[in-house]
Amino acid sequence: MVVPSETVIELSRWQFAATALYHFLFVPLTLGLSFILAAMETVYVTTGRVIYKEMARFWGKLFAINFALGVATGLTMEFEFGTNWSFYSHYVGDIFGAPLAIEGLMAFFMESTFVGLMLFGWDRLSKAGHLAVTYLVALGSNLSALWILVANGFMQDPVGASFNPVSQRMELTSFFDLLFSHDAQSKFVHTSIAGYVTGAIFVVTISAWYLSKGRHVDIARRSLRMGALFGVFSVIGVITLGDALGFVAGHAQPTKLAAMEGMWETEPAPAPLKVIAFPSDEQQRNVGPTVEIPGLAGILITHSLDTELPGIKELERRAMERIRNGIPGMLALQRYRENPDDQAALATLREHEDDLGYAMLLMRYAPDLTQATEVQIAQAARDAIPPVWLTFWSFRLMIGMAFLMLIYLIAMATYSLSKQCVLHHFLLKISIWMLPVPFLACELGWLTAELGRQPWTVYEKLPTWISASTHSAGYLYFSLTGFTLIYLVFIIIEMFLMVKFIRQGPGEHGHRPVPGGGGGGIQPVLSRPVMQPEE
Amino acid sequence: MEVYIALKILWWLLLGVLLTGLAIMVGMDMGVGTILRYVGRTDGERRVALNIIGPHWDGNQVWFILGGGAIFAAWPVIYATAFSGLYVVMLLLLWTMIIRPVGFEYRSKLPSPAWRNAWDLGLFIGGFVPMLVFGAAMGNALQGFPYHFEWNMASVYTGSFISLFNPFAILAGLLSVSMSVYMGAAMLMNRSEGALYERSRRLLTLAGPLVLVLFTAGGIWIANLQGYTLSGATQGAAANPLDPHVSVQMSRGAWLTNFKSMPVLWLLPLLTYVGVILGALAGRAGKAHLAWWLGALAWIGILGTVGAAMFPFMMPSTTNPAQSLTVWNASSSEHTLIWMTVWTVVFVPAILAYTSWAFWVMRGKVTTQQVESDDHAY
Repeated sequence: MVVPSETVIELSRWQFAATALYHFLFVPLTLGLSFILAAMETVYVTTGRVIYKEMARFWGKLFAINFALGVATGLTMEFEFGTNWSFYSHYVGDIFGAPLAIEGLMAFFMESTFVGLMLFGWDRLSKAGHLAVTYLVALGSNLSALWILVANGFMQDPVGASFNPVSQRMELTSFFDLLFSHDAQSKFVHTSIAGYVTGAIFVVTISAWYLSKGRHVDIARRSLRMGALFGVFSVIGVITLGDALGFVAGHAQPTKLAAMEGMWETEPAPAPLKVIAFPSDEQQRNVGPTVEIPGLAGILITHSLDTELPGIKELERRAMERIRNGIPGMLALQRYRENPDDQAALATLREHEDDLGYAMLLMRYAPDLTQATEVQIAQAARDAIPPVWLTFWSFRLMIGMAFLMLIYLIAMATYSLSKQCVLHHFLLKISIWMLPVPFLACELGWLTAELGRQPWTVYEKLPTWISASTHSAGYLYFSLTGFTLIYLVFIIIEMFLMVKFIRQGPGEHGHRPVPGGGGGGIQPVLSRPVMQPEE
Repeated sequence: MEVYIALKILWWLLLGVLLTGLAIMVGMDMGVGTILRYVGRTDGERRVALNIIGPHWDGNQVWFILGGGAIFAAWPVIYATAFSGLYVVMLLLLWTMIIRPVGFEYRSKLPSPAWRNAWDLGLFIGGFVPMLVFGAAMGNALQGFPYHFEWNMASVYTGSFISLFNPFAILAGLLSVSMSVYMGAAMLMNRSEGALYERSRRLLTLAGPLVLVLFTAGGIWIANLQGYTLSGATQGAAANPLDPHVSVQMSRGAWLTNFKSMPVLWLLPLLTYVGVILGALAGRAGKAHLAWWLGALAWIGILGTVGAAMFPFMMPSTTNPAQSLTVWNASSSEHTLIWMTVWTVVFVPAILAYTSWAFWVMRGKVTTQQVESDDHAY
């Protein structure tokens, strides 16, 4: 059997993670800022105050700069399952492909068609018409997130599907189970609201920067208030739904949960929450000091006082059992593939079907399962545990940042509503340093979810290693080099334009650039000179 | 007829619809990218050209994304096999395609001529190369790809990157580039005036005959190409390219079999001729709108001809022809196809409706004046 080499597996994982994390730098801002634009425009349309239109147009320009890269890097994701994860695409494409296609049909078409009208249609559409278009962009981008997370939900908790030995893949048995998977639903809400927090912090911190410089005060004050209020509600939502997600993961993905909590041993219920710990993946224990809050993890995750949470070592023992149970299933499948009339093989396969994925974990070490040794089984069982240190700390840092943003946004909202906040000079000054925080938190959230899912691409059904395409390593070096170069150039250009247009700020109240004369030579796009930062 | 068989045929047709949507809509925008520096001699003219498609390129590009998604959902084996086998080509396609969104959005954000020239080059590459690759992919599909499957359905591709750029594939690639130039020029004519309009008209009247020559040459070539015929397939069975009962014969001229048994299919290549000849005449007479729609008909004719020739083959294998991917052995399960059909029936009419509305809202000529007075313009 031709299998991907270890180098190719590693490089494919790096490439997927890098391109997904890069794409995910632009997505949350699109999700959140689109609703903030819609809110600003709503105020403009209902009150007729032009300043809100200026706000929508200014933030809309920054939205467009971000959106372009989101679209561009999204193309990569659409290709990458097929190019680099071809066995995965074959094995679960029957299920996973559907939400991706529906995303295109229902959401992405809407978002992309109307974003053109949103940016180009100010003078072509009525006020209400343009407002409707802006809302459709926001709705479209959020529906996109829904379908992507339905697809991702299947990878985390593969419901609504079963294995078909004739086509040798998993096939959809219930579309409703797929769509209403608890993981997909709670993660959709958690992720889209994380986008709202990102949009809010973006608007608040940049507005605060203007205020600290005494520039564009009218627009900055109004933007800051809208952003801060939207942000406070969103960040509370994101934390609450994060808890719901933990509850779901606790049921569907015990290994992820144990890694997130650094729980090596099964502890008596309710298990303590480790605020700080230093898990060692090699020694399979926490080294160094541990700070714990008694009982909290058990209560948060199980929402009960007496449900026990299995520790990593116990989960590894269970994995070993399932590997042993998977071996006869996989061997039966091979017999069945050779002779489709072999009813005995089919019966054995059906009996052990749930653990086929575990047998595939073992095939990494024992390509011929009839020759598998106890050592190889133990090795494969150890693989069933995700990287604990990374998952634990990605999760901790994400939560830390969420609470930091909560405090910051409450302070900014208080300041913008009352003008009484004693700290406001300090707050405005430090604000710009808060700008990267939501982006980092989103990336860490992705890492927690997807590292914690390892070693599976589809939890307990399909291991990551076997999912990869059987390329030569040279292909991977080629593509990684290309992606690195192109993405590096793009991010430099994007940051440059963002900073330039943020520094330049919104145009003057009611200002319209003077039309350039004639059709000839190059005209400056913006008739106002770039404002120099006051240093 | 069994429901599953009907669904497979329906999704083969729907894939054709999506690919045609991709060819027409994305092809048009890519055509504008390809001819940007020719039709626009000054920066003002180029900006007008970009702003003509500015409000639409993003929506249009979703035809491409949806095409990818639909192959994944309805033909997962093809998605898995083709995308990984053609790794380098796919990356070439991807890397040139991702220049476009960024190019459109960022090009006119800075006044520097060097900056704008660089993005113009990017937009040219992002227009010309993907259309060449799309066409070449079709050309290669007609010739088959060197791949086979392991017992567990892991696909193994044994060909090289360079062999994909063979003469027939390049011919097909140039045909698709010519069509995109035709459609891009028609769109520019529709919404521009003056020198830009005149140059677009000249290109359209050149691209039309070029399409005819390339299409005719391709047709003669296909008639002599090694084609495939299928026997022993169970049409309503679960997707299994390893079915031992299937046998596939390769013979010269076999791609004409369907046309011989169903002469009505000759209407498809005829549609291309009618579309392009009348379209070029309409373009010459200044009827840009009509020329655009006739060009769209020609696209339907071209892709329809390829589809009709190959049916039921979708991705023939040269190294293990019996494992060739066909309409019968490469689709999703019945359950998935039913659900995909439901969503498609609901949303494709909606997409067509609001896309038309968006074009209607932005109708009329784009002028240099307008572009330069709008600080959101490209």
